[in-house]
Amino acid sequence: MIEIKDLHKSYKMGSNSLHVLKGINFSCEAGELVAIMGSSGSGKSTLLNILGMLDELDEGSYSLDNVPIKNLSETKAAQYRNKFLGFVFQSFNLINYKSAMENVALPLYYQRVARKERQEKALKYLEQVGLKEWASHLPSELSGGQKQRVAIARAMAAEPKVLLADEPTGALDSTTSYEVMDLIQKINDDGNTILVVTHEEDIAHMCKRIVHLKDGVIVEDKKVKQVRAAQYVQ
Amino acid sequence: MFSRDTWKEIFETIRKNKLRTFLTGFTVALGIFIYVVLFGMGNGLKNTFAKFFNDDAQNVFFVFPGRTTIPFKGYKANRQIEFENDDLEDITENFPMFLEYITPRISRGAIVSYKEEYDNYTTRAVGPAHLFAEKTIMMKGRYINETDVLKKTKYAVIGRLVERDLFKGEESIGKFIDVAGSAFKVIGVFQDDGGDNEERNIYIPYTTRQLIEKNNDKIDQIILAFKPEIGYAGAMAFEGKLDKFIRDKKIISPEDPNGIFIRNVADQFKQNQQFAGVLQTIVSIIAFAVIISGMIGIGNIMVFMVKERTKEIGIRKALGATPKRVTNGVIFEAIFITTISGFVGMIIGIAVLRSIGGKTLEDDYFITNPEINTMNAIFVTILLIVIGAVAGYLPARRAAKIKPIVALRDE
Repeated sequence: MIEIKDLHKSYKMGSNSLHVLKGINFSCEAGELVAIMGSSGSGKSTLLNILGMLDELDEGSYSLDNVPIKNLSETKAAQYRNKFLGFVFQSFNLINYKSAMENVALPLYYQRVARKERQEKALKYLEQVGLKEWASHLPSELSGGQKQRVAIARAMAAEPKVLLADEPTGALDSTTSYEVMDLIQKINDDGNTILVVTHEEDIAHMCKRIVHLKDGVIVEDKKVKQVRAAQYVQ
Repeated sequence: MFSRDTWKEIFETIRKNKLRTFLTGFTVALGIFIYVVLFGMGNGLKNTFAKFFNDDAQNVFFVFPGRTTIPFKGYKANRQIEFENDDLEDITENFPMFLEYITPRISRGAIVSYKEEYDNYTTRAVGPAHLFAEKTIMMKGRYINETDVLKKTKYAVIGRLVERDLFKGEESIGKFIDVAGSAFKVIGVFQDDGGDNEERNIYIPYTTRQLIEKNNDKIDQIILAFKPEIGYAGAMAFEGKLDKFIRDKKIISPEDPNGIFIRNVADQFKQNQQFAGVLQTIVSIIAFAVIISGMIGIGNIMVFMVKERTKEIGIRKALGATPKRVTNGVIFEAIFITTISGFVGMIIGIAVLRSIGGKTLEDDYFITNPEINTMNAIFVTILLIVIGAVAGYLPARRAAKIKPIVALRDE
């Protein structure tokens, strides 16, 4: 599904250049649930941004579902993001003046899905995350966990090939974190490929594979026995 | 690009961001409103000017005799020039190409009385054509005609205020008034746009005046009109030729500044119109400055809006909004708000102009019928819409260029 070869990325800070990713080789099959771990500054977010086409790579190659991702125009990148990727952010990033349903429907709007179908699909995904009755509520009326579930529904609505989650539980307490992870695991059970960036060990162990990043290189890449989050959820 | 969905999305954004929408719309509406009102006021000022000088016909020359200051062909200086009846005939014969009509005018003050009422009025002894020169409007009866002039009848045409003051509502036509000791029969009552003073005049045949004054043939001044089709240049040429003709006939030096005077209404009118035009240009410039500031206002709000929405735009881009769709969203929103509020401002402006026009404004502020050409108003409104689109475009471009990661980091 994801194929990265010898990926380099550096940021220019004035006259200095900060080499963040120093030759990453990484691949991931369809249906995997991968945790990318590392302390801050290890390059895990940069890697996720490149995977999400939110940032461009300097060197190396990246292909997503056998489509080479290289030198994309802004428009092309936007279309690929829309078609291939779903994002879940630490700070949820819901549009605050749109209701839960409208937020979920937004990627479909950019796919030019008809309004009625959009609403139906949005409701379907809200139902999947257990928030159907909250469809007409604004994000400000939802709890942190609910917001993140709306964000996950939104990421899923476009039926992406890969779901990218950047510290999805970073802003949540542990109970809510487990609920969100439970949801992510269930989505993964349905065969969706998911990449989760986290620095929390327990969250990482709820994935099926952990990739450790340190100083811009992968220092460890291991399969783990998945801990089901459901056992912590009442 | 103009799909229903795009618009729905825009409406939603507008509806959910009322303050921002209101501020943008208010700026635009105010800009257009001020422009329309100012421009209308400028027009009103121009109208007042036009009205002031519209009271008399504009194709008219007033010719006055003077006193010479330069000795010429054996005549000494300081000779009083006088016009006689045959001057009228000579001018008529010599300028058939230019002349539309000609009339003398002999003005005399006189005590005029009817029964117990009396007052001091100006009598003007004139020919029939004077009706056109002064743009006199007959209310009832008739004006002086050729027969009156030939028969030297003692007929008088009195102004509206003369009738009001002397007759106190009584019917005046057919009654006799006493003009400085002579009885004149009232044959008509007139009104005049030139103001109250004009309506305190009394017109009588010029030959009758001459008969009263020992049967002479002297004329105070000659009023003549040129054919309008000769145009402004033709009028100026006519003025020159007429001046030369009279100087030749009356033996006045061509250099003498005081022998005769010709007052050319067309020339004066043109100058006054030019002055009013300058005033309006100034007002227009101010109004245009208002539009410019409106444009800056829109630009500012758009920049602010993009700044405020940076994160939202980042989210949208992460979800797959292409730069074009981001740009379109922002621009269409700008155009939509500018269009609606622009036309609202325009309509309110026109309504205000319509409602404030009136007597007080006219008398105290010299503004008559403030108005703006609808096409002009629409043009400026559309101009502002275009400006709004341009002003929205630049921030929109910036919005489209926002990198999603940068925008998402923006907390």
